[in-house]
Amino acid sequence: MIDSLPPGVLLIVGAGVLPMLSGRWRSVWTLLLPVASGLQLWGAFPAGTSRTFELLGYPLTPVQADPLSLVWGYIFHLAAFLCALYAWHVRDLVQQVAALIYVGAALGAIFAGDLITLFVYWELTAISSVFLIWASRSERSYRAGMRYLIMQVGSGVILLAGILFHYRDTGSLAFGDAFHKILAPLPLASDGQFLGLNSPGTALIFLAFGIKAAFPLLHNWLQDAYPEATVTGTVYLSVFTTKLAVYALARGFPGTGILIGIGATMAVFPLFYAAIANDLRRAMTYILNNQLGFMVTGVGLANFARHPEVAQLAINGTASHAFAHILYEGLLFMALGAVLYRSGTIRGSQLGGLYRSMPWTAAFCLVGAASISAFPLFSGFVTKSMIVSAAAEQHQTAVWLALMFASVGVFLVAGIRIPAVTFLGPQRGPRLAEAPGWMLAAMASSAAFCLLLGIWPAPLYALLPYPVEYKPYTAAHVITQLQLLAFTGLAFATLKLRGLYPVERAAINLDSDWFFRKPLPAVVGGLYRWGVALRAGVSRVGEAVLVEALTWVKKHCGPPGLLGRSWSTGGMVIWAAMLLGAYLILYYL
Amino acid sequence: MEERHDQNDRRHLKQMVSALGVLCVLLGGADLVYHKHVHFDFEYWLGFYGGFGFVSCVGLVLGARLLRKLLQREEDYYDR
Repeated sequence: MIDSLPPGVLLIVGAGVLPMLSGRWRSVWTLLLPVASGLQLWGAFPAGTSRTFELLGYPLTPVQADPLSLVWGYIFHLAAFLCALYAWHVRDLVQQVAALIYVGAALGAIFAGDLITLFVYWELTAISSVFLIWASRSERSYRAGMRYLIMQVGSGVILLAGILFHYRDTGSLAFGDAFHKILAPLPLASDGQFLGLNSPGTALIFLAFGIKAAFPLLHNWLQDAYPEATVTGTVYLSVFTTKLAVYALARGFPGTGILIGIGATMAVFPLFYAAIANDLRRAMTYILNNQLGFMVTGVGLANFARHPEVAQLAINGTASHAFAHILYEGLLFMALGAVLYRSGTIRGSQLGGLYRSMPWTAAFCLVGAASISAFPLFSGFVTKSMIVSAAAEQHQTAVWLALMFASVGVFLVAGIRIPAVTFLGPQRGPRLAEAPGWMLAAMASSAAFCLLLGIWPAPLYALLPYPVEYKPYTAAHVITQLQLLAFTGLAFATLKLRGLYPVERAAINLDSDWFFRKPLPAVVGGLYRWGVALRAGVSRVGEAVLVEALTWVKKHCGPPGLLGRSWSTGGMVIWAAMLLGAYLILYYL
Repeated sequence: MEERHDQNDRRHLKQMVSALGVLCVLLGGADLVYHKHVHFDFEYWLGFYGGFGFVSCVGLVLGARLLRKLLQREEDYYDR
């Protein structure tokens, strides 16, 4: 019975039980469900499993488990458990239900073997996750949530349009079954076996994935909405939506050349914002965007037709980086969330010196920072370098340099700036309590995974779709990476000492959301006012014309008017006689 | 109190810079004692990675300062 339920459905159905439970039992339930669902995935869906059925004549594949989807399946379950542990204190039913449905939908989408199933889960992740933003219950979060929902549902609608076009062109609804068929030790996939970017339909699907993956200029819903979610909501959000998009790209569009440029751009430009954003959770979402850039580049480099060996390295790099990233990014958001939970603010300009009050949170934050900065012995070191190596193997110099620059930037912002602003310097405000036990437990577990993956990457490598020949711990890799990091640190310290590093300031920075938050409302508002004025003008003129016409009619047809007044019988007889006379005369002429 | 903190901070920072400087020299020197297998010729340049890290970091910070000049607004900018 249990293996007839597709992965994720257990969580969605289980969310329905939550309203019947109360208090602590609800938290226990949110912890147990990911465990049960994870065991179900492990036991009932080994690589190669698929379930197919027909609905209204369309073949649907709700389950397609293969080495690619399983990597995401496992890490999503682990993250769901850690998030639930972190959110132990939450008694808000809306958040608890939304989080479970959101995780379930993301898992359902990961194992979707056809595009219709993918679409259904794609929309469900959007609709469920917005409640994690609205749960902040403020005007700001309501508005940010609305903008988020428009982008996310828009992505779903574009996806559906793309699917319809694609189905009309090819008659196929299959999603990435090439991977399913060829995830053998040496795949010989050609371009045609993936969706590929080759028709209007696939272009729309690509665009829909791109919105959710926060491509440049389609990215800003991420930085706009995530920092407005609740303390625990942001941690959930940081894990699922964007990594689902990366997965979808990896499944549908590996080796699509344009992704290399998009990914490299994504890895670089958010850093400039991250370096100055005052809301530290916002700064971290820019970093999240940058990390997605690495993964998107990896997907673009995975050209199975031209460089099959490098493609395997790139896909392995993307999958393993997504795995490691979910853990350290989640950890960093947890640490910042704990600071927000205790201090009530996450503005850099109001924080400082918290290592005294929250030493454990600070320590775990540093583990996350070291992992994201790819310090040797931490998780980023053994995963990100695979993507960078894939770029080098293909001799993509510009891309390689961009990724190295991005590595420097990540260390500068997530490795140095955010921990320093939060935990070092003079303490502002009153002394705070350390984060509560359940948050510490979630952070400690995440930190332990970050270290474990960094020190002993073999189990993660064994989980990857292709056999791993990559050796992260070579003298050259360790030393060059340490050089990069040490000199970045030196540059930061020098700039700081000379007062050249921008000080924290209570302000915001304009990003692409400006276009639809300032000019667009102004244009729409202007058009609206113009329309109102036009309508008023038209009705005023129309009214005047009508009044004029009525006056005229009244004048001529009213009781005193020429056509309206009653005439005497004698007068009428004279007129009749005159007409008859005129007729007689005309007749004789 | 604030001032003393600032002075302390500066002293710490200076110590940190010195320590980092020593570390950087050591790491840079390490380039001489092992053989690299690399993909790009410029990776053979002595201290390439260190130099790249330093220059990138300075470039990023200066770029961010410029960005801030152009795009920074009051916190209630969107609420007005």
